[in-house]
Formats: sequence, structure tokens, C-alpha cells
Amino acid sequence: MIRIENMYKIYRMGTNDVYALNGISLHIKPKEFVAIVGPSGSGKSTLMNMIGCLDTPTSGKYFLDGKEVSKLKDDALADIRNKKVGFVFQTFNLLPKLTALENVELPLVYMGLGRKEIHKLAVEALEKVGLGDRFHHKPSELSGGQQQRVAIARALSSRPSLILADEPTGALDSKSGEEIMQMIHELHKEGKTIVLITHENDIANQAERIIRIHDGIVVEESGVA
Amino acid sequence: MKWLQSFRMAFKSIAGNKIRATLTMLGIIIGVGAVIGMVSLIEGATRQIKDTLQGMGTNLISINVLGRGSTRTATAEEIIEFAETNSDVIEGVAPLISGTATVKYGNKNLSTNLEGTNEAYRTVRNTDIQEGRFFNALDIERRQKVVLIGTYISQELFGNTDPVGQNVKINGEIFKVIGILETKSNSTAQSGDDKVIIPYTTASRLQRNSQIRTYYVQGKTPETVDRAMQVLEAFLFKKFNSTSAYRVFNQADMLESISETTKMLTMMLGGIAGISLLVGGIGIMNIMLVTVSERTREIGIRKAIGAKRRNILGQFLIEAVVVSCIGGIIGILLGMALANGIGKLIQISASPSFDTVLMSFLFSAFVGIFFGWYPANKASKLNPIEALRVE
Repeated sequence: MIRIENMYKIYRMGTNDVYALNGISLHIKPKEFVAIVGPSGSGKSTLMNMIGCLDTPTSGKYFLDGKEVSKLKDDALADIRNKKVGFVFQTFNLLPKLTALENVELPLVYMGLGRKEIHKLAVEALEKVGLGDRFHHKPSELSGGQQQRVAIARALSSRPSLILADEPTGALDSKSGEEIMQMIHELHKEGKTIVLITHENDIANQAERIIRIHDGIVVEESGVA
Repeated sequence: MKWLQSFRMAFKSIAGNKIRATLTMLGIIIGVGAVIGMVSLIEGATRQIKDTLQGMGTNLISINVLGRGSTRTATAEEIIEFAETNSDVIEGVAPLISGTATVKYGNKNLSTNLEGTNEAYRTVRNTDIQEGRFFNALDIERRQKVVLIGTYISQELFGNTDPVGQNVKINGEIFKVIGILETKSNSTAQSGDDKVIIPYTTASRLQRNSQIRTYYVQGKTPETVDRAMQVLEAFLFKKFNSTSAYRVFNQADMLESISETTKMLTMMLGGIAGISLLVGGIGIMNIMLVTVSERTREIGIRKAIGAKRRNILGQFLIEAVVVSCIGGIIGILLGMALANGIGKLIQISASPSFDTVLMSFLFSAFVGIFFGWYPANKASKLNPIEALRVE
């Protein structure tokens, strides 16, 4: 599913070069549930951006579904994000002026589907996360747990094979956090590849495999790989 | 992404910030309103002048005898006779003596415009009667004291009685009313209906002035007007032996010079109004830049879930165009109302032509595209990671 080979990401900070990714290589198989952990500044956010096709590496190769994507242009990357990757962010990142349903519809709108199909898929996704009665609520009218469920529905609506969750429980109370993790487990059972970025060990331990990152390289891999 | 959805999204976002949108539109509204208002008024005034000129008769040539630089002169009879020998290009000649006169009927007195002319006036000046009869050659020849009156005079002096056959006193002399002229304008004082017409032979006696200074000549067809002018000028030069003693001009030239003048006026005022549209456009650009930086995070989210550059560009461009087009439509309505209001005050029927409305609308849409492009392009180029990082 994901194969990263000898990837570097170098930022220039004034006269210094900062190696956010320092020749990292990793491999994630289809339908795997992987947690990427590491302290802040370890490069795990940069890695997530790379996996999610939000950014391009300075050098190295990235194969997603067997296709080399590290050299693609903006619009081609947008297309991959749209069709293959579902993002779940720590801060939900819902559009505050749109209703829950409209938020979930958005990736489908950019996919270019017809009005009826968009509506049908968005309704399905929201019902799946248990928000069948919250279609027309704005994010501000929903609890944190509910907002994150809307975000998961949005990630699901375009039926991607990869779900990329960046600290999905970080902004939630423990009860809502557990619910969200439950939902992620269910998605994994349904056959989605899950990449979870976290710094909490008990969240990471729920994954099949844990990849530890430090200073831009993999320092430890553990689990049922 | 479908167009309809883009427009719905744009309307939603504009509706979410009504005061800002209104203030942004104001520049466009004032600009377009000014264009429509001013151009309508000029067009209305031009139309009115042209109608008046055309109402004076077709293929019309005017001769003004100035008498400067020459001791010689040409009599009305000579000019009429010349016209008759050139009947292949000249339809007819109507001499004109004009002045003012006091018309009295019973105990009612009225000061009005007096014109002295002949029977050719009927076709040359496109003036018909609605009742009674027009002059005939005999009336002219015999200096008959007969008069045609305008509808305003008829109303004021005679009220409900039939004027035809009645006697009136013009400057103390008794005239017989033989006909009522057709309504030319609106039967009010100082209008084309506030006048009396008598034979020019009678008029030159009444006014104690034998020199006739104006002649109206009707060309046979629009094509022969130029030829008619040439023969007239040649004839007049032979008579006066000086080019400054007379002037010959035709209605088409007059219409053309009026058109030239108003065209220039329209362009000038349009240019001034165009500048205010430009200012309005800068206002749109300014606000769109603010909007883009306010909505950086939104742009980041949209890009993360798959919006392409053209989606973001389209979204912001459509917002700018929608704002400028709504401003344009309001401006057009405002300008029309303004032109209508002022037009009523100065008695001009001022309504903009379809072309003007279309041009203004397209121009405001263009302003939206032109000034919306830079902010929208900037938005579309935002890096999603950095955009998502913004709080």
C-alpha cells in the first residue's frame, strides 16, 4: 500500500538546513493498522504530510498503491488526496459555516459527482458514524466527539482505501476518544488501511504495528508485522 | 465541480457577510449607476432633438440670407422661380418671415410667434392642418389676410367654439382664420403649437420688412439633396457675388453634427463614470485579499480533501464576479430610476438603450474578473500544509 524509500525532507531555516526526514524508509501493507509514534520534533508530522500527499519530499521515493507519487504536481496530488486518502485531524478541521452534511459532501463535490449521488453517499457516511439525526447542524452546534465523527464521515465519504488519522483523540475527553478509536477499529475490520499518528502509548498499542520515529528516521518497529 | 454548486457556494459566502458585501458593491453601484444615468439622459436628449429636426420635414435644406459683404439681394420670387426651373432636384421652397405678434379675439389677447410663408410650407416643413384649409397660391399672390393657427392658440382664444371662419386681430389688423394646424408637440405655451402662420407677402407688410432672411428648401429625394445644395449655392453666389452673404446647410449635416457632439459627450461622461468603476474594482480586490487571508484555513482544509487549484481559483473568482454583477444590476436599476426622475424634471424621456445596459453589465462582470483574479490566484496557490497551520 505504502512504500517509502530513503526519503529526505530538508527545510532551510536561515542558513541552517533542518532535516525533518533523514533518509526514512518504511513499508505499510494493505489493510494494515499502523501507529506512528514519536516525540514532537521527531518528524512524524512531516511524515504524515508525505503519506497524505500534502507535501513533496526533497528526495526519495514514495509509492502509493504501487504508483510513484513523490514527483507529482499540485493538482495530481489533490486528486490522490481526494480519492485515496481520508484525513482525520486532531482539530477536526470542519468548515464552520457549512452543516455536517455539507462538510461530508465536500470531497464528493470536488470529485465531480452528480448532485444526487453526492447526497446519497454523504447521507450513508453520516449514518454510518451514527449522526443520522444531525445532518443540518453546524459544527459549533455539535460536541467535540460528534465533530470528530463528522470528520470521519467526511474521510469515508469518498471511499478511500487509506485513512490517515493525526492524533484523532487528542482534543477529546477520554469517553469520546474511546468511541472514536472504536470507530477506527471498525474501519480497519472493514478493510481500510489505517495510519494513526499519536504520542499516546495506550492509543498506539491498539495498532497492529508501531513504528517509532526519532530525528527523521525509524528507530524501532514492533508488533505483528 | 459543477458550476451551479460554485455559484451556490459563492452566494452563501456573500450572504454570510452582508455589510461587507454591500460596502464592496457600493463602488460598482455608484459607477454603473452614474454611467446608466448620464448616458440615458444624453441619449434621451439626443433622441428628442433628432425627432424635432425630423419633424421639420425630410430632405430639408435651409438658406440663411445674411446680407453681409454684398449690396445686392435676391427676392423671394427670384428664389422660388429658380427652384421651379430646377424641379428635377428641388421639390419646393418655403420662405420664412418670423417674429412675434399679438393675436386678439373678442376680449382675449395673446402674444405668440408669427410666421409668414407660402403654400409650399405644408410639405417642406411637414406641417399639415387638422381642420379648414391651407394657403393656396392665390392667398400669397393677393396678400390675403388669412391665418392658420396652432392648437394652443385655438384652445386659448376660442375654447370650444370653432375658430375656422372667425376673424381675429393680429397687431391690430383683421385676419380670417382659415385652418387649424396639426398638433406638433404638446399644445402648451412656447411649444411648436404656440404660433400663427400667415402668407409671407402679408407678413412682410405687417412687419414692415421686405427682406426675407430664411428659406426652407425641400430636396426631391435624399440622394439629390447634395445636388440641390450645389445648384442653390451656385445661384446664390451669382446673385450676391459673395460667399459670406448667405449660408446653405441641410438637415442631415445638422443631425450629424449633433450626433458627433453627443457621442463625444457620452464618451467623456462614460470615461468619468468608468474611473469610478475602476475605483470600485480596486475596492473588490482589496476586500477579496482580506477575505482570502481570513479564510486561509478554509482553503487549507478544502485543498487537503482534494480541491484542485482551479476549484479554489473558481470559488474566489466567482465570489468576486457575483459581487460585482449584483452591484452592476443594482447600479443599472438605480441609474434608470435616476435618469427617469431627472428626465421627468427636465421633460426628457430618458431610458437607456439595451446596448448601454448590456455594456454596463458586461463591464461590471469584467471588473469582477479582472480585480478578482489576483486574490483568487493567490488563494489557489496557497500551500495546504501552511494554510492548515494558520489558526
